[in-house]
Amino acid sequence: MTGGKTPFLWTLFSAGGTLAALLFPVHLFLSGLAFPLGWLEAPSHDSLLNLVQHPLTRLYLFFLISLPLFHWAHRFRYTLYDGLKLKHLTTLIAVLCYGCALIGTVVTAYTLWNVP
Amino acid sequence: MSAEAHYTRYHPQWYRRRVSVWWWLQSWRYTKFVLRELTSVFVAFFAVITLWQLRALVDGPQAYTQFVRGLKSSPLVAVHGVAFLFVLFHSISWFHLAPKAMVMRLRGKRVPDWVIVGLNYFAWLIASGTIAWLLLRG
Repeated sequence: MTGGKTPFLWTLFSAGGTLAALLFPVHLFLSGLAFPLGWLEAPSHDSLLNLVQHPLTRLYLFFLISLPLFHWAHRFRYTLYDGLKLKHLTTLIAVLCYGCALIGTVVTAYTLWNVP
Repeated sequence: MSAEAHYTRYHPQWYRRRVSVWWWLQSWRYTKFVLRELTSVFVAFFAVITLWQLRALVDGPQAYTQFVRGLKSSPLVAVHGVAFLFVLFHSISWFHLAPKAMVMRLRGKRVPDWVIVGLNYFAWLIASGTIAWLLLRG
């Protein structure tokens, strides 16, 4: 990775970290715990689809999924360097991490574009 | 006769302590640092789950019902429980790092750290409340 890309990648990391910090706990608590365990009543398919059909919701979901993926890519890259001492695999790790985030972003955009 | 003169190059050998891969277990401060770094794995996990849910939703009621049924399996609930703790840790550590990452000034005076941290918690509350309301109003 060259120095020129770092500020841009750091901005993605930072924006994704902020979105994940503000929004992930409530989403994860509801969809991963409260709804499956029956603590709260889950929204029906139709009402959720209705919500997702709104352009603002789609924009929201795009950033909600893609930016935290880039947050992960940036942070996990350094976790591998420092934690597992894999500094010699710099390029491979960077390509894999950001590549995965990019694929996730493309799939998200494609899915949101094709919401019926 | 040997053909060429043979030189031994000077190899400086500096003293380096070998660091174990488990260096971060030696002190709670290091452990906390590594746990904080690992929160990103759970952040990515939930981003992927959300994307998967979105795809199931778009694929129709049948695919969505199947996805929702999958979420009820105990291994996945357990993973979500652990992920929830890590994501909470991410939020809290992120909010407390915010004033250190970005120093804000108001009329030439530095805004105190606790104000920025407080604003972050306030935004968290508002955002969580709004999302819960949108998803629970039926």
